[in-house]
Amino acid sequence: MSSLSLASLLSPGAFDRPVDQVGANERAAKFTKRSIKTEAKHQGLLMAISMIDLTTLEGKDSPGKVRQLCTKGIQPDPEDLSLPHVGAICVYPSMVRTAASALEGSGVNVASVATAFPSGQLALSERLKEVEQAVSDGADEIDMVINRGAFLSGRYQEVFEEIVEVKKACGPAHLKVILETGELESYDNVRRASHIGMMAGADFIKTSTGKVSPAATMPVTLVMLEAIREHYLETGRKIGMKPAGGIRTSKQALHYLVMVKETLGDDWLTPDLFRIGASSLLNDILMQLAKQRTGAYQSADYFSND
Amino acid sequence: MANLQEKPTSSSRPKLNFGSKWDYAPAPESTAVVDIAPEYGQFIAGEFVPPSSGQTFETINPATEEVLSRVARGCQADVDKAVTAARAAYEGTWSKISAPDRGKYLYRIARLIQDRSREFAVLESMDGGKPIKESRDVDIPLVAQHFFYHAGWADKLEYAFPNQTVSSLGVAGQIIPWNFPLLMAAWKIAPALACGNTVVLKPAETTPLTALLLAKVIQEADLPPGVVNVVTGDGEAGAALASHPGLDKVAFTGSTEVGKAIRRSAKTRNVTLELGGKAANIIFEDAPIDQAVEGIINGIYFNQGHVCCAGSRLLVQESVHDEVVQKLSDRIATLRVGDPLDKNTDIGAINSREQYDRICSLVEAGKAEGAEFHQSDVPVPGKGFFFAPAYFTGVAQSHRIAQEEIFGPVLSIMTFRTPDEAVAKANNTKYGLSAGIWTDKGSRIFKMLSKMNAGVVWANTFNKFDPSSPFGGYKESGWGREGGAQGLGAYLEVK
Repeated sequence: MSSLSLASLLSPGAFDRPVDQVGANERAAKFTKRSIKTEAKHQGLLMAISMIDLTTLEGKDSPGKVRQLCTKGIQPDPEDLSLPHVGAICVYPSMVRTAASALEGSGVNVASVATAFPSGQLALSERLKEVEQAVSDGADEIDMVINRGAFLSGRYQEVFEEIVEVKKACGPAHLKVILETGELESYDNVRRASHIGMMAGADFIKTSTGKVSPAATMPVTLVMLEAIREHYLETGRKIGMKPAGGIRTSKQALHYLVMVKETLGDDWLTPDLFRIGASSLLNDILMQLAKQRTGAYQSADYFSND
Repeated sequence: MANLQEKPTSSSRPKLNFGSKWDYAPAPESTAVVDIAPEYGQFIAGEFVPPSSGQTFETINPATEEVLSRVARGCQADVDKAVTAARAAYEGTWSKISAPDRGKYLYRIARLIQDRSREFAVLESMDGGKPIKESRDVDIPLVAQHFFYHAGWADKLEYAFPNQTVSSLGVAGQIIPWNFPLLMAAWKIAPALACGNTVVLKPAETTPLTALLLAKVIQEADLPPGVVNVVTGDGEAGAALASHPGLDKVAFTGSTEVGKAIRRSAKTRNVTLELGGKAANIIFEDAPIDQAVEGIINGIYFNQGHVCCAGSRLLVQESVHDEVVQKLSDRIATLRVGDPLDKNTDIGAINSREQYDRICSLVEAGKAEGAEFHQSDVPVPGKGFFFAPAYFTGVAQSHRIAQEEIFGPVLSIMTFRTPDEAVAKANNTKYGLSAGIWTDKGSRIFKMLSKMNAGVVWANTFNKFDPSSPFGGYKESGWGREGGAQGLGAYLEVK
């Protein structure tokens, strides 16, 4: 894969472009000033539901829990059957079969974290085996983690090649590449890792595992969206974006959608190219939609807790 | 966007689609919070009084062209009265009360402005056309900050000038522009009062309403009558004030042309002028380009480009020219032009028909000179004065649009090859108010900084204001500094 190192030497443009942290933070904050009301809010919230990767990633996950979550993902609110289903249900590999059978025919995808999530600290062969197993069990989407140890010690080539291998192992399944931005720290690193992921074959790039703090933030997501924009303008290939972890309210979700709309344009306002990894967000959206429908806020007891 | 996105070299480039898939619903700020009187008098000696001539003139909302109110047309007699009132207040109370008491009044005014910030913001946007987002988040908070900052100085003036003695000057005549109406009033009034002077303020003809609301707040703050006087009017009142023999100080912010006339007619040697600019915003090839593009946006499209320190000349290193222009073109497609009171508006109304015409005529000149004009095709309202964000490429130093202040949302883009060439081009102007430098290299920032003939130089940011930072120009951009400890010197006799 000498193309990567050669590219970075010959055209230091996109790949090594610095990011000014203060400027990126300021720009991200501006999206939160948009005022999304009435019809726009309604439309935005429906869009957000369809983009949720409804997630459970706990040691205590069980088939019963996963089946419940799948039901919720297919039909978020029994009071309003017109709502769209979520984008995917995101589970550990051991739960893929359960999820796949529960979601069959629903249009909701099965996403599985893999590659020794969340640390990634296993031999590559083991990680690849895990991916293959998850895909054969019925995963439509694989959320892998990059090798941060290799990245932070400057072994970019290794990071790149591992993603290429995982992509191969995915076969028909879509690949989301988790950068774990909370461990990369600087925006320069986030940008570089984004480009490595996209060049190596990612269908999506994703901020976080949700197991490291900080998880998704608006500025980090902005830096990644800008990298996606650069990649698209250079190659014509549209890569998806998935912020994950820390997005809990409707208002936050709308801010992220505003940022996507004004950075990448309308084409990315689809579950095919934008997802939000979240567990508690869905009920907050349902609460806001019920408020729009009935004029009053309902208590948490009015929304199923799965 | 066809006109913007077409590049002769790469017409097949993938395109971003900033369409209407998810339109933001209108989000207008309510005007219920403001109470505009059908007519306003002058604020002299603590009272609102009718103009001596009995004449008034209309002030309109530039976004709708509807009349908001009528204000007094001040003349020589009104200015005489106001200067007399200011003199009496200076001799009688303001120069006699203790410095901490002066500070107390300023703190009180600052707090009252904060209390009524929403009202000030809405009124500012209605009378001047700037987006509520800016009046709410930039103008009015800075106004309060200026009063707070100078309130703190009131009893500490000797520390600003160690081993020297300071005393107040007397009566200051202050003439302010229409681009930041209330903020410029604060820049003028706060330091003058903190330093123990009294003032006569003349707001701009097209934007008198927030200055009059400030006068009302000052009345409520129980400031001794005559310490602050406001005379509204046109150029006649301005000229009468600038040349008034009863003044100890003249402060002006506005065009270089008028500034020169004021300098000639002033009867006092204490004059500060804050005038025009044609700032260079310099982008090196190693700059953080995405943030630099935001800096260009803040530099030229903030406040419809009605900013004396606007980054109106973009100097971009030739190797990244195409990339920067492409990103700028994509970015301005997302700027929303329209109702200043809509919370999602990025670019509001041009302040007046006169200014709108001036922008159009300079744009025509630019086209005629051979520069290439590009303008966003975002929808603009049919009524009112609106100008969609635009830029010129292929601009040469000898073009009028590279030398003259357009004072609108129109950017002139030029290229350079080396740092020395950037410095030479940046300084090759009659102005010298501000500049911007974008590079990832710290050492280059400092090297450039030392070579720029500009009063304010921003590095990897643009249009950042703070009351503690002195502001002012080189060459025809001004005379003296405002803000910070340096700005106090303009309102003090320092021995």
